[in-house]
Amino acid sequence: MQYEAIIGLEVHVELNTQSKVFCRCSTKFDAPPNTNVCPVCLGMPGVLPVLNRAVVESAVAVGLALNCTVSSWSKLDRKNYFYPDLAKNYQISQYDLPLCRHGSLEIEVNGQSKRIGITRAHIEEDTARNVHDIGGGESGVDFNRSGVPLLEIVSEPELRSAQEAYAYLLQLKQILQYLNVSDCNMEEGSLRAEANVSVRPVGSTKFGTKTEVKNIASFSFTQRAIDYEIKRQIQTLEEGGTVRQETRGWDDRSGTTVSQRSKESAHDYRYFPEPDLVPIAMDETWVKRIREALPELPQAKRARFIEQYRLSAYDAGVLTSSKAMADYFESVLKAGAAAKPAANWIMGDLQALLTAAKTEIESCSITPNHLSEMIRLIEDGTISGKIAKHLLVDMFQTGKAPKALVEEKGLVQISDISWLEQVAREVIVANPGPVSDYRAGKEKTFGFLVGQVMKASKGKANPKLVNDILKQQLAK
Amino acid sequence: MARDWSSATGHEIHDALHHGTATASDITQSFLRRIEAVDGKVRAYVDIWKDHALKQAENVDSRLKRGQTIGPLAGVPFAIKDVLCTKHGHTTCCSRILKGYRSPFDATVIERLEQAGVVFLGKVNMDEFAMGSSTENSSVQVTRNPWDLKCVPGGSSGGSAAAVVADECVASLGSDTGGSIRQPAALCGCVGMKPTYGRVSRYGLVAFASSLDQIGPFTKDVEDLALVMNVISGRDERDSTSADIPVPNYSQALRDDISDITVGLPKEYYTDALNPEMRQKIESAVKILEARGAKVIEVSLPHTEYAIAVYYIICTAEASANLARFDGVRYGYRAPKVADVQEMYAKTKTDGYGREVQRRILLGTYVLSSGYYDAYYLKAQKVRALIRKDFEEAFQKCNVIATPTSPTPAFEIGAKTADPLEMYLSDIYTISVNLAGIPGLSVPCGLTQSGLPSGLQLLGKPFDEATLMRVAYAYEKNRGFDIGKPPLT
Repeated sequence: MQYEAIIGLEVHVELNTQSKVFCRCSTKFDAPPNTNVCPVCLGMPGVLPVLNRAVVESAVAVGLALNCTVSSWSKLDRKNYFYPDLAKNYQISQYDLPLCRHGSLEIEVNGQSKRIGITRAHIEEDTARNVHDIGGGESGVDFNRSGVPLLEIVSEPELRSAQEAYAYLLQLKQILQYLNVSDCNMEEGSLRAEANVSVRPVGSTKFGTKTEVKNIASFSFTQRAIDYEIKRQIQTLEEGGTVRQETRGWDDRSGTTVSQRSKESAHDYRYFPEPDLVPIAMDETWVKRIREALPELPQAKRARFIEQYRLSAYDAGVLTSSKAMADYFESVLKAGAAAKPAANWIMGDLQALLTAAKTEIESCSITPNHLSEMIRLIEDGTISGKIAKHLLVDMFQTGKAPKALVEEKGLVQISDISWLEQVAREVIVANPGPVSDYRAGKEKTFGFLVGQVMKASKGKANPKLVNDILKQQLAK
Repeated sequence: MARDWSSATGHEIHDALHHGTATASDITQSFLRRIEAVDGKVRAYVDIWKDHALKQAENVDSRLKRGQTIGPLAGVPFAIKDVLCTKHGHTTCCSRILKGYRSPFDATVIERLEQAGVVFLGKVNMDEFAMGSSTENSSVQVTRNPWDLKCVPGGSSGGSAAAVVADECVASLGSDTGGSIRQPAALCGCVGMKPTYGRVSRYGLVAFASSLDQIGPFTKDVEDLALVMNVISGRDERDSTSADIPVPNYSQALRDDISDITVGLPKEYYTDALNPEMRQKIESAVKILEARGAKVIEVSLPHTEYAIAVYYIICTAEASANLARFDGVRYGYRAPKVADVQEMYAKTKTDGYGREVQRRILLGTYVLSSGYYDAYYLKAQKVRALIRKDFEEAFQKCNVIATPTSPTPAFEIGAKTADPLEMYLSDIYTISVNLAGIPGLSVPCGLTQSGLPSGLQLLGKPFDEATLMRVAYAYEKNRGFDIGKPPLT
């Protein structure tokens, strides 16, 4: 039988506001344990939460970027459960009136674009972190993370494969990074994904029993975990079994999902409206102000790059993969470079250097001005493209300007015609075999002869001149 | 022997300090002596801050010595219900689970009173976590009614009321979730007010039921009530539910003129459940208001009969979440010798809470549970809205509503402890006020034949505490009697 998978994603994003969602503590939780804490985020008796407006603004910005309806009136609720990392033993979240609803996100898989519905996006507070084995068989709790703002983004069950889920996550991450509302680092937990997965025979309109897959700690795990879970469910059904509704955790070592909690032992969160906070009223002017402050989003930017810079869809996609990359590219153009060489250098050699050094373009030591200057040096014939490849490495390592490096290292291209003619003559004399082959019609040997001239000039000869001079002399 | 100031009001003390006829230190000493003399009988205090109080008094005296002016409450000795967070001393809510707990911060009301130069004498007794109507649920001690030591002072702010009436302080702070200020004020014979929800910041009030809780004062007369309300009222950024509505000068609102006032008497309150002697007291009080020119009409609050049921769903639901934080993880009591986290929670809470607190947490957990939420919590919220509407409609016809504060005078210690439902009925006249969020106060309206105080409850429109206090002031000025002092010594 043929099956299809039904996948919905719940993504928790840590918002990068300065202070926590209900108190003024810093959101930096890599500080020494329990240093960014106060009575409010420690859940001391007598404290009250006060909603951070910056959190609402970030959440609304995300909602707008995901084409959501922003609720003019929403509220916060208490989600009750006991756990030592939960200061008050309830989490302030949003239940039936989330801040943003009914949005969508467009993904592209195998050249096909598809619109995935966003059910809701709501605000909540992060929990503290339990730390085990702190000595003496004890466990500790670090409350630095307690009260860090989270945005939970829930998709409709409209994803049909692990590949689509992966594309959805990447696209979502890209938008969040463009909005600069989160670091989106899955490994560090600032972006966490849970997948609701079920399968059903193709053609069926009823959903199968779903499982919730947790503990997906990186983008690459997402695809593997969901793929595994789909296969496991299909196999279970094929063998005549039934899928149990449960929570399963991805175990990367075994490459499987493992049962964590069944529905029978599921929590009853006893949600009710948070009486300590007033409802969130979003008036139209506030929403308008947030909308107007939105940056150009990835899809719009990609379209503009294709149109304005005559780039291929592929190049435009790569160059807009992050806002920093797109900004870098446009800065290089602003400094005078043409779009095509700038795109090639950034996507090719520069990206390779960044990847090898495990760094991001934001912290690249080559400024857009320097890259543009280097491209100009190629165009005006000062250096060859080949030299430029080495020059770029030097620029990357030293942060120096290309002109300075060219002078320092004597990389200026040799365009002295009489010297080049002299070398060409010597090469022809020294290689009678290839020369006669060339004259007999074996054009391939021409490349070998050019290589010999370049070698003699230690790569500095102007390749165009070498070509011309050799052709001239061989024709004699 | 220095003069005994313990029976003085706040405004009398201010006059004495202002005119230099007494020092704040003398006055504080006087109250400390009084506490020593009578608290063994009354048992209002759970923590006496002798040194702290004397230091605060000295600060006031040195201001006076330097010729600086002082505010109307400077040097006035106060007691604090142990539900309010104070950096000094302990904050325990009279629960074993918070025994020895020290708060890292002061409640906003404490900050504001300290700024006003008040002298804090210490913390006073209460029902554990403010759950109760007799102060018998305290894990520390049972406070006595100063008028009859066999009787309860009411609750949950029993210590706050008893301390004022026994002259162990000039004024005190309490909290009122369903009548916890007004009922003990009535049973002990002093003035007590629950302000409008949002009038006074709740920051630093250990929460029982967040949508109902409100801090308020106990005083010896309405004039002092206005002085305290002037200081503690107003918007606080740390409490999102505190209202950004201007606070009038309540002292200036006190005029002996109520000719523009219409008093509403809700017919649902004057039923057979009301003790005949109490009914007679209220009727005489209303006659006095009428004699001063107020118009008296009958009003209706048709959903009154549902108030207690609605209240015990909403307050227990909120309490079940509010009290969840007392888990032994970060502070307070932690049960020893436990195998795992689950057992730590269970044992800590079983040993740490008294029976009434456990009962309410279980009730609240039940009404919020999946499958019961709509039938209980949601329905209760809908009826709550109807109760609020009852008051809105009644206040279209009148400015204040007059009712008894409590259906009976103080009862004997132990009389109702076996029957929680009977105990819950003590708050039958006060509970609707919290559900509606409106202000209410209780002012003494005479002694019963057995010598126990009774209270007249006056209710007002939201944020119209000024009118409420004016009517209470006019009544106090014209009632023609003084209930006097309890025979403690």
